[in-house]
Amino acid sequence: MPQAVPTSRMEEGTPSGDAPRLHAPAILQFVEAAEPVAQEGPQSPIRKYLNARSSGGVADKTVAGLRLICAVSIFGVVIFILTILIMRSKLSLAQFGFSFFTRSAWDPVSGDFGALPFIVGTLETSLLALAMAVPLAMGVAIFLSELCPERLRAPISFLTELLAAIPSVVYGLWAVFVLVPLMRDQLGPFLYKTLGWTGLFEGANFGVGMLTASIILAIMILPIVSSITRDIMLAVPVSQREAVLALGATRWEMIRTGVLRNARIGIVGAVILGLGRALGETMAVTMVIGNHPDISKSLFAPGYTLASVIANEFTEATGNMYLSALIEIGLALFIVTIIVNAIARALVWAVTRGAPARVN
Amino acid sequence: MSANPIPIPTPTDEGKSMRPPMNFQTRRMRVNSQRRYLMNYLVTGLAVLSTVLVIVPLVAILVYLVYKGASSLNFAFFTQIPAPVGESGGGMANSMLGSGIILLLASSMGIPVGIAAGVYLAEYGRGRLLAMSVRFTADVLNGIPSIVMGIAAYSLIVMRQLHFSAFSGGVALAIMMVPTITRTTEEMLMTVPHAIREAALGLGVPKWRTVISVSLRTASPGIITGCMLAFARVAGETAPLLFTAFGNQFWSFKLNEPIAALPLQIYVYAISPYDEWHRLAWAGSLVLILMIMVSVTLVRIYAGRNTLKGAS
Repeated sequence: MPQAVPTSRMEEGTPSGDAPRLHAPAILQFVEAAEPVAQEGPQSPIRKYLNARSSGGVADKTVAGLRLICAVSIFGVVIFILTILIMRSKLSLAQFGFSFFTRSAWDPVSGDFGALPFIVGTLETSLLALAMAVPLAMGVAIFLSELCPERLRAPISFLTELLAAIPSVVYGLWAVFVLVPLMRDQLGPFLYKTLGWTGLFEGANFGVGMLTASIILAIMILPIVSSITRDIMLAVPVSQREAVLALGATRWEMIRTGVLRNARIGIVGAVILGLGRALGETMAVTMVIGNHPDISKSLFAPGYTLASVIANEFTEATGNMYLSALIEIGLALFIVTIIVNAIARALVWAVTRGAPARVN
Repeated sequence: MSANPIPIPTPTDEGKSMRPPMNFQTRRMRVNSQRRYLMNYLVTGLAVLSTVLVIVPLVAILVYLVYKGASSLNFAFFTQIPAPVGESGGGMANSMLGSGIILLLASSMGIPVGIAAGVYLAEYGRGRLLAMSVRFTADVLNGIPSIVMGIAAYSLIVMRQLHFSAFSGGVALAIMMVPTITRTTEEMLMTVPHAIREAALGLGVPKWRTVISVSLRTASPGIITGCMLAFARVAGETAPLLFTAFGNQFWSFKLNEPIAALPLQIYVYAISPYDEWHRLAWAGSLVLILMIMVSVTLVRIYAGRNTLKGAS
């Protein structure tokens, strides 16, 4: 038996051509299942023809390998971005360490950097935008998935898709010329008058600032959050709805117990996905946030976000430390959005992957 | 007749306040159901209201953009390069050309890789752990901020070459295209019925030929949809181009030099203090949006016809 092994290996290497077909069944068991089964008896003309012609084995392996490389390159890209960001931000990583994220100094002249104002600005605008967008998005999703007449559904879905496709810089342009004056002349004074006692709407109101940035962010993430939430709600089986309705529930009770409860994990995922989008949004925010590295309680005050400081200062960064600090901010943004997106995707998957909805 | 088992309440029994029982409902149940129906109407109203609240301003943005853009669009916009500050006129012809070059570069790099990765996920790696993790990574990569892609391309190419270039912009956008294309390709290939593949394999067609001429061919409308969507998405990206393509006030055809791009130019003009430049920014936005909308609408029409003939 031992001497049979090399023979079978040889057979494996030459699936085509006129290598002699072996008949012993003992050898056949070493041949992989993918191999064409050896023919019994003398070779027919058809078999000869097929053997003479390429079986595609080599081409198959090459093509499969190429596809595999392309697929793995997606992995590669993520790891590659991570390493290159770490490499290029080594200087500031070594200089400031972890305190980079807890200090609020930002002084390019003396080379003293800390990212706290940007982190605060990013979190503040994103969370505020979520607070504005999520209730509205839920309403839209409920309307589209449960209440909407069949005829309206397609146009409204189309419209939301269209709005999700508008580039961020165009939203920014609109915000600069429409939202900022509106904020300065109407909305701002109104908020100061009615909610000024909270201390959130203090100080000079130039129209640009945290609140304006949050509003434009909310407008931008609305289509995304609502369309994902709608998809998740539609993934809840109809039988769930019918069961709840058959028990005599009203439509709202059906939505609450039959749909929202089953889809809640996915909805949380959609919201986190919106958060991820808001965290990384650059252009529109840069154009209206005022770009000033200060932490202020007032929502009228100009601020800065992680993404907008990179967009604004990267090309004019002089000196290696400055550049390295900016790249470290990019690294932080990268890691945070990866974590946020991974959580969100896992949650959305858990719901939409076709697992039967649980009743509880 | 006098031994009637069911006592019928008469008005004389307990006064006029006594009502005959309705469908065995008690008073509490009636109040309760009233409350439930009220809640139902309230929530329905809220859902409709929020939809209106969302749709109306969004449509208003759209209409305003079209109005502002159309009033500032003229022929020179498409034929001239930007005029110096203070002079009126000028256009964005070089930006449009630059955008075209960058997008062509990005598509030629991103689309083949994206489709190949999608084919791997759907045809070769089905059910494998590797495929699962690649799929997940693609989804996560999709959510990475575009500005980080810009930094990556900057660190990779611009820092080596020591100058901005159209090529680095194309690489940044190509990386952004891949995950979208991969996921749509995979999903579209999943809808191809197994019977078609088996028929081809049964005829002795090798697997690679089956994948290319049967699976990909059948799913091609959907895959084209995915490519167009990815294209539309990166066409409006500004952040990754800020420090890769950098922008250029003049004609540029070389891949190795800074090049103008439409979104970039809109950004520069929007934050500038000059009215003439604002006008150009509006016109540029309209052109950009029209470009994106035409591709999205085409996709919509195309995808609407995406029914597999002979699929069972």
